[in-house]
Amino acid sequence: MTSKSSAEVALIRINIARRKRWDLLFGLLGILALATGLLTIASLFVDMLIGGWERLHPDFFTNFPSRRAAQAGILSAWVGSVLVMIVTATVAVPLGVAAGIWLEEYAPKHWITDVIEINISNLAGVPSIIYGLLALGLFVYTFGLGQSVQTAGLTLALLILPVVIVATREAIRAIPQMIREAAYALGATQWQAVKDHIVPYSLPGILTGVILGLSRAIGETAPIITIGALTFIAFLPPPPIMEAAPYVNFDWLQAPFTVMPIQIFNWTSRPDSAFQQNAAAAGAILVAMTLTMNALAIWLRYRLRKNIKW
Amino acid sequence: MPSSQAVSSPRPVSDRLAKRASRHVKERIIEAILFASAAISVFVTLGIVYVLLKESMVFFSQVSIVDFLTDTQWTPLFDDAHFGIMVLLSGTAVSSFVALLVAIPLGTIIAIYLSEFATSHIREIAKPILEVLSGIPTVVFGFFALLFVTPILQWFLPELPGFSLLSAGIVMGIMIVPIISSISEDAMRAVPMALREGSYAMGATRLQTALRVVFPAAISGIAAAYILGIARAVGETMILAIAAGMQPNLVWNPMEPAATITSFIVQVALGDLPHGSVGYNTIFAAGLTLMLFTLVFNMFGFWLQRRYRERY
Amino acid sequence: MSEANSQISSLPVKAEVKNFDFHYGDFHALKNVNMPLSDRKVTALIGPSGCGKSTLLRSFNRMHDLYPGTRYGGEIVLHPDRTNLLDPRVDPIEVRMRLSMVFQKPNPFPKSIYENVIYGQRVRGVKKRSVLDDKVEEALTNAALWDEVKHRLHDMAFALSGGQQQRLCIARALATDPEILLFDEPTSALDPIATASIEELIHGLKDKVTILIVTHNMQQAARVSDFTAYMYLGELIEFGYTDEIFIKPRDKRTEDYITGRFG
Repeated sequence: MTSKSSAEVALIRINIARRKRWDLLFGLLGILALATGLLTIASLFVDMLIGGWERLHPDFFTNFPSRRAAQAGILSAWVGSVLVMIVTATVAVPLGVAAGIWLEEYAPKHWITDVIEINISNLAGVPSIIYGLLALGLFVYTFGLGQSVQTAGLTLALLILPVVIVATREAIRAIPQMIREAAYALGATQWQAVKDHIVPYSLPGILTGVILGLSRAIGETAPIITIGALTFIAFLPPPPIMEAAPYVNFDWLQAPFTVMPIQIFNWTSRPDSAFQQNAAAAGAILVAMTLTMNALAIWLRYRLRKNIKW
Repeated sequence: MPSSQAVSSPRPVSDRLAKRASRHVKERIIEAILFASAAISVFVTLGIVYVLLKESMVFFSQVSIVDFLTDTQWTPLFDDAHFGIMVLLSGTAVSSFVALLVAIPLGTIIAIYLSEFATSHIREIAKPILEVLSGIPTVVFGFFALLFVTPILQWFLPELPGFSLLSAGIVMGIMIVPIISSISEDAMRAVPMALREGSYAMGATRLQTALRVVFPAAISGIAAAYILGIARAVGETMILAIAAGMQPNLVWNPMEPAATITSFIVQVALGDLPHGSVGYNTIFAAGLTLMLFTLVFNMFGFWLQRRYRERY
Repeated sequence: MSEANSQISSLPVKAEVKNFDFHYGDFHALKNVNMPLSDRKVTALIGPSGCGKSTLLRSFNRMHDLYPGTRYGGEIVLHPDRTNLLDPRVDPIEVRMRLSMVFQKPNPFPKSIYENVIYGQRVRGVKKRSVLDDKVEEALTNAALWDEVKHRLHDMAFALSGGQQQRLCIARALATDPEILLFDEPTSALDPIATASIEELIHGLKDKVTILIVTHNMQQAARVSDFTAYMYLGELIEFGYTDEIFIKPRDKRTEDYITGRFG
């Protein structure tokens, strides 16, 4: 434990140089690993764009599927996706937000709470095709909801329920306790505190979670196939708005339908390479939709968080 | 002393305070509604269990469970029907194995790099890359595997057929990388700085600190990441349905097409499924098997995650 | 001040802090500190919370390099080779291989006792089992822990009590033959009995290794150190022989702190 001679110091420096070479190597390895991800994304996009370029014209969006690849379009698919998303959001948002509120603001320390929480974690990990089996066995037949838009929307709602619940909980947790205390100290009941404070302040976070959930739901294929979405739908569901009374029509909920991912799957599975162009184009559109929703969610989170300064 | 006088019921002090009773009822109703929403998750689980069990029981009344577990052929829709789940399990196992061979090294390296090495600039570029990767719909990944990755692989391996577990497995692996890297990274970030300082103070380099101190300290979280990755691979459907072919072969060689539990269910669902037919019940038996596996993996993974969170 | 200083400067010096400044971002945390570190003696840094004593200590082994926004000014010169430890051209890893640190809260690695002690060796690439075994025994003996753990070297370090864990951390620090041993409030997280054993240990290491110890406990400084530096709001107020500082401080601010008027 004495001073080091200059020879010893030199040895130390060599030792360090040798070890730091590994540091450098690993740094390169890390960048390479990230580059692999980037390369995948890039080649995927480029492949889809190049493959589907010929089909990306406005008619593509307004044509029905057809036996002739050049004229086949995604009208029924994207309309179907939109309708299904409406049902999904309508079911998942109230249920998920309510569940999140209960878990964060009301749930007592009780084994029932634990059971519920464990269930939600589990459901998050259940493969999507199992949700399809649930829908097939329960919704399509036992409940008699048929192979329809409402079944698909309900199934996807259950699929993304854990996402909405988690997003709600995290958004609520970010609210400082003192805000709640201030509300209660002024005589608010629990529901008043929730309605007037908790929900409004957590809305940005909830919104972000909902959009992320929907962007996941819009790309889901397996459960929809299992329900029995037909893949050659050359018609649109009945429109929700009519000219005659009662002006609002809910028949579309029970109509057969198709969605974007199903259309892509169908076209990809055809051996005819012309249809693969359609698949590529539709795929590029679907990816664009998904990424736009993700970007929107992130932007919203950023924008709305800026206004809140706890 | 006033004796047995009947005690009259207490009268409210004023009208304003009397409202408290109805407010109370309203609060209780709202709480009940909120609770019901939360409890729906339990009903969903019960629904899944009920559906899977109910239809599987019909299946198992026609097919012995011994045959199910030991038969080496899977031909449920033929006249001479065989129901050996092993065939589908082999496809699931091989494709998942290939996927993990890709995802675990890549995911772990990325996690260690982002947690211990990367500057905030790099992290800002990496986060969107990983988020985009995890946001791409699996049907698009399937398209990618079939029409882009397979031809490239065939350039290296000319005997590779057009549909293979290898191609699907590799793409599945890349899809899983964000899961493994984000959970592992969380686990490593949870390791307290004091441990790192102890290592650096002894003259260790960044890599030595990362591998010798941080990684072992985060091991239960990292194990959770791997296991949740396995669960995800086992449950994946579309990439396999599109790129691995749907031939139910009992294979252990990834360079062949094969069906998995998930792609089988899709295959049957695409055809005509008269309610109550053998084919219909078979998919529930297959689904039950899948559910059991993923349940075990997920529970184990979540348990590990809870453990490392408690530690720090 | 100069007469005592010339007496001190005639002693062999292991390190010198020269015109040392330190910034956390815009905050000027340490101002123009000048101080010698006598070879194989114990120097204590005392002062109220926030005076900068830990900041100064952690500058010796470049711990601040691990965090963004920190800036060193001036020099800390190591003798006899006159290396400026703060020179950006000097690799912090090199500095940390020559100096060792014991932290406030015991931070053993989640490994066995054996692996904890020889971590420094492993990191340098020493593999020979016999060499490592000898090192472990030597370090644990110097840390007064050998007898207690020699039969369970492969148990997890967490199985030890708080005081034992801290002695393990000291053994770990000693195992690399450091030129300066840095202690950052080593007993503030320990009970009185463990504290006493650590102080005894430090006393036993004196004359073998140069020690710089930060402590908020004045009595500890008085018991353990040969030299004491009193710091306040980032400045070195007074430096001298421990006896003199505690019995006859020259600066009123030192006197106020020592008599407990504040801090």
